[in-house]
Amino acid sequence: MAAMWLARRAARRLPPLLSRHGGEPTRPWFLGSTAPPPVLGSPPLPAVERIFRRGFCSVRRFAGESSAAAAAAADEEEPENGFAGGDQAIDFPGGKVSFMAEMNFLPESHGERIKCYRVLDDDGKTISGSRFQEVSKEVALKMYSEMVTLQIMDNIFYEAQRQGRISFYLTSNGEEAINIASAAALSIDDIVLPQYREPGVLMWRGFTLQEFANQCFGNNMDYGKGRQMPIHYGSNRLNYFTVSSPIATQLPHAVGAAYSLKMDKKDACAITYFGDGGTSEGDFHAALNFAAVMEAPVIFFCRNNGWAISTPTTEQFRSDGVVIRGQAYGIRGIRVDGNDALAVYSAVHAAREMAIAEGRPILVEALTYRVGHHSTSDDSTKYRPVDEIEHWRTARDPISRYRKWVQGNDWWSDAEESELRSRVRKELLQAIQVAERMQKPPVAELFTDVYDQVPSNLREQEQLLRDTIMKHPADYPTDVPV
Amino acid sequence: MAARALREAGRRRGWAAEVGRRCFSGGSAGAAVPERKEGGGGKSVNLFTAVNQALHIALDTDPRAYVFGEDVGFGGVFRCTTGLADRFGKNRVFNTPLCEQGIAGFAIGLAAMGNRAIAEIQFADYIFPAFDQIVNEAAKFRYRSGNEFNCGGLTIRTPYGAVGHGGHYHSQSPEAFFCHVPGLKVIIPRSPREAKGLLLASIRDPNPVVFFEPKWLYRLSVEEVPEEDYMLPLSQAEVIRKGSDITLIGWGAQLAVLKEACEDAEKDGVSCELIDLKTLIPWDKETVEASVKKTGKLLVSHEAPITGGFGAEIAASIAERCFQRLEAPVARVCGLDTPFPLVYEPFYMPTKNKVLDAIKATVNY
Repeated sequence: MAAMWLARRAARRLPPLLSRHGGEPTRPWFLGSTAPPPVLGSPPLPAVERIFRRGFCSVRRFAGESSAAAAAAADEEEPENGFAGGDQAIDFPGGKVSFMAEMNFLPESHGERIKCYRVLDDDGKTISGSRFQEVSKEVALKMYSEMVTLQIMDNIFYEAQRQGRISFYLTSNGEEAINIASAAALSIDDIVLPQYREPGVLMWRGFTLQEFANQCFGNNMDYGKGRQMPIHYGSNRLNYFTVSSPIATQLPHAVGAAYSLKMDKKDACAITYFGDGGTSEGDFHAALNFAAVMEAPVIFFCRNNGWAISTPTTEQFRSDGVVIRGQAYGIRGIRVDGNDALAVYSAVHAAREMAIAEGRPILVEALTYRVGHHSTSDDSTKYRPVDEIEHWRTARDPISRYRKWVQGNDWWSDAEESELRSRVRKELLQAIQVAERMQKPPVAELFTDVYDQVPSNLREQEQLLRDTIMKHPADYPTDVPV
Repeated sequence: MAARALREAGRRRGWAAEVGRRCFSGGSAGAAVPERKEGGGGKSVNLFTAVNQALHIALDTDPRAYVFGEDVGFGGVFRCTTGLADRFGKNRVFNTPLCEQGIAGFAIGLAAMGNRAIAEIQFADYIFPAFDQIVNEAAKFRYRSGNEFNCGGLTIRTPYGAVGHGGHYHSQSPEAFFCHVPGLKVIIPRSPREAKGLLLASIRDPNPVVFFEPKWLYRLSVEEVPEEDYMLPLSQAEVIRKGSDITLIGWGAQLAVLKEACEDAEKDGVSCELIDLKTLIPWDKETVEASVKKTGKLLVSHEAPITGGFGAEIAASIAERCFQRLEAPVARVCGLDTPFPLVYEPFYMPTKNKVLDAIKATVNY
């Protein structure tokens, strides 16, 4: 605001546009920046005049089309000669733009990086002066239990994959706080459009360990009918859209879903999750821009975990992370410590309120680290140092930090901890056994759900396939009922 | 050549009205359509007006229907959305940013919440940024979730095809790309009456539909269109001209060319049966098969490049089903395997005389 005012004042003092270095050095970009962009030599006079004239034309053009508000704003700036203050500012769609005499390029960054909101310090103590959303003991303990449950589920399913019992797995290690705390701050009516490293959100909403196992084993009870790889969960009952593998495609969907909620005047928002790599996809930019323009109540939650498979963020983008990009789209945002459950909870809680009450998108960038490999098909020690992984796995572990806070409140004991861990472990082993023994979905389901009804070409193909199965039964798995 | 002929024909309102009347009294009347008096026409309107009527009805009959896309707010560059924003408000009819993948993705999310999302892609030539959303998301939405979710309320309307001066990027016919995608329906109407009935059926069909509108016919094709709400069945081809010597099959604007070829062939004593496929996937093999079993010969024609075009799929399927009855190889008269060229458009196009020559060659095989 101050910078703009300075610029405007400086512009007023100038012999319009002709002085090369006239006026006081306004340079708002210069604050905090060590290397200002080069100031180029002044262009020859005729070019300046051309620009100037074009400016006047624009003024005329937009004066006729501008809103009443813009017109009113133009009036207060002494519109001599009918050009709405054309020598100092221009009415342009989106609001008045001041002129300046210097050819100042915007800097590529603000110098200092955008700060990260945090509530708990490394020892699990609330930072003095930190403002956060209060969490009841009951919710706090549920959050803790589910973070632990998610961690154990990841370990056991990962092992199951290593033993060849499921075909694929992908852990959320290191991102348990993001998963559970963001989910806890939402209401069940909020629509979740996940990527694939947010099973904790679904767990918080009530997806059982058995339901997780059924999906990973692709059995008859898998809602996806065994059609997708493990970890592609989805549940209509829990307002959690089914995971698809392509990156960032769910972001524009979230805007459409949010728009629908807004039209229906629901007290709910949409939330979509994605990683740092996903922000390079076109769909990210499409979605943010659409959301801003449509004023859709959607939370864009970026898990900036530093790695897109093997690509570090330094090779992904040159912006100050992700949150800064919200501004360019006119979207409010916050950077939050993703390994601080209370900070994540508070940020999403506030984001949700703003999104719904004000009908606007919010961008949340959670700084975290992918402690596990990208998936069971990946060995991340090939491209990143083991001690880096270890540091995040131990010193920065979100679960132990949160546990310190919970125990600091005298809400949790070591006995309860070991009881929880052994109970969850037992439940999971049981769930895996049940899921493994269950039949696969029948062959008929191969042909359903392509359309709402099976069309004639698929009926024909089903018949042909059944004939082939009869002729060559050995070619086909025995656990899929024909 | 065909371009000029078509334009003149359009001005005379000759062929379109005739084709239209035939279709009206033919196989497609009746099914899924509210009963109407036979021959009770309605006003003569062009194709964009028929589309506009359908959109008015779609929005009017379903409060959960939305129409959006680039420039649709003021009525659209082809005038298809005229008057919608004024009548239904900017919440339900609105401009979007210039971003096809955003339009498709937004539409999928909107549809997945139980709405009818009617999205416009301004030209089919520009649908490719949305290809991933359509192919990987819309088409698989129901299947991949085991029917937990679907985006069946999604309809993507997009003008396609030659227009006489469109060059590379305002002329393409990309329908075959979408015909390779299980989960989508691909519909192309040939006339105003067909456009209205098929569009309403597409919008209300519980599956994602890509609806290609022949932009050449937006103004040229004029016929009587019932003013009321009616639907024409999807996945049902229509025999629009009976014949005994050869079967011709096409869709959209190409039917006008085929019809002229039929008329000229008749003067030479060749009786052509003409089929409008209307729905490309899932397509009505039975109607085509029955016709070819009768005539013993088949010609497929489309504007899109011949290689990998949907004509190849029809030719292969009919060869499988009717091999014993075929008396000649299946003929394909299609666009050339070049990008769509501006000054060479008359050379590129599957024109009437190209069709006529192929009819003769096939009949005399």
